Amino acid sequence: MRDGNALAGPLSDLFLPDPTTAWRLCPGCGTDAALAALHVYDQGPAAVARCPRCSEIAFRVARHPGQLWFDFGRGGALRFPAS
Amino acid sequence: MSDWRRAELRARTPESTTARTLHLTVDGWPGHLPGQHVDVRLTADDGYRAVRSYSLSAPADGDRIEISVQPAPFGEVSPYLAEDFPVGAGIEVKGPLGGWFVWKPERPGPVLLVAGGSGIAPLAAMLRARLDLGDAGPPFHLAYSLRDPGQRWFGALLDGIAEAEDPAVTAACLYTRTAPPGHPRPVGRITAADLDLPGFRPADGALAFVCGPTAFVEKAANLLVHLGHRPDRVRTERFG
Repeated sequence: MRDGNALAGPLSDLFLPDPTTAWRLCPGCGTDAALAALHVYDQGPAAVARCPRCSEIAFRVARHPGQLWFDFGRGGALRFPAS
Repeated sequence: MSDWRRAELRARTPESTTARTLHLTVDGWPGHLPGQHVDVRLTADDGYRAVRSYSLSAPADGDRIEISVQPAPFGEVSPYLAEDFPVGAGIEVKGPLGGWFVWKPERPGPVLLVAGGSGIAPLAAMLRARLDLGDAGPPFHLAYSLRDPGQRWFGALLDGIAEAEDPAVTAACLYTRTAPPGHPRPVGRITAADLDLPGFRPADGALAFVCGPTAFVEKAANLLVHLGHRPDRVRTERFG
């Protein structure tokens, strides 16, 4: 198991600002955590990011030939700092 | 969006009997902050590709970067990088990556670094960046949990900190199995006493960085939160 820091590289293809400093309010348990602090399970075909407290799935990222999937499921929203 | 850049291995230096620091030059490297990492991509002759993340273990220095690699038993990438990847050969690097597990040298408050084993790597970059600031820098303390003296990475850096005897930058080795003769701390796993230090308490506005294997990070981060540190001031990076 790793954590959301490890997603900085894979997600740099999708996000202009660094997404690992964005925050996620867990719709399951209310935990507010930086994306970097999510638990990440990436030994399977997709990297699965989960709430560090209740383990609800935050999102999944999968790289297939010619395609990059980013699946929020019902994992809520990401909150980016903005000026 | 960051792209893959070509990097070349310039030298390989030992950190322990098995771990190695790789000194690379990277085409067009834009610089980085202490704590950031890179993704490294290897491509085999048959086109098979493997990507791994490695922390940068030294601060920015032109187009030169350092990563420190512990070969994993039966690993696909790390034993190759640590043992076989030839000096002068090329590799692909994406980065710098990550904005969370990062120390910005302009931040004024004290910093508590907590390393478990090879989790020392990104913290070594922070320590080196702090030493570069000289007397102007904030207080730093490293608590470094390791199995035995043979696993002590960055020996020259740690010896230099011990010899300088600067109260503003200190380091303590927390040996879990075997300590060198005369070591002041009893052998054992990290405890609250190792982290409850004057000048690095929640009221001092300390920022903590914890890096290591998952079980170590969970334990150390929980100890810090129980000591009263705000969870968002306990930044963690875990592997394995």
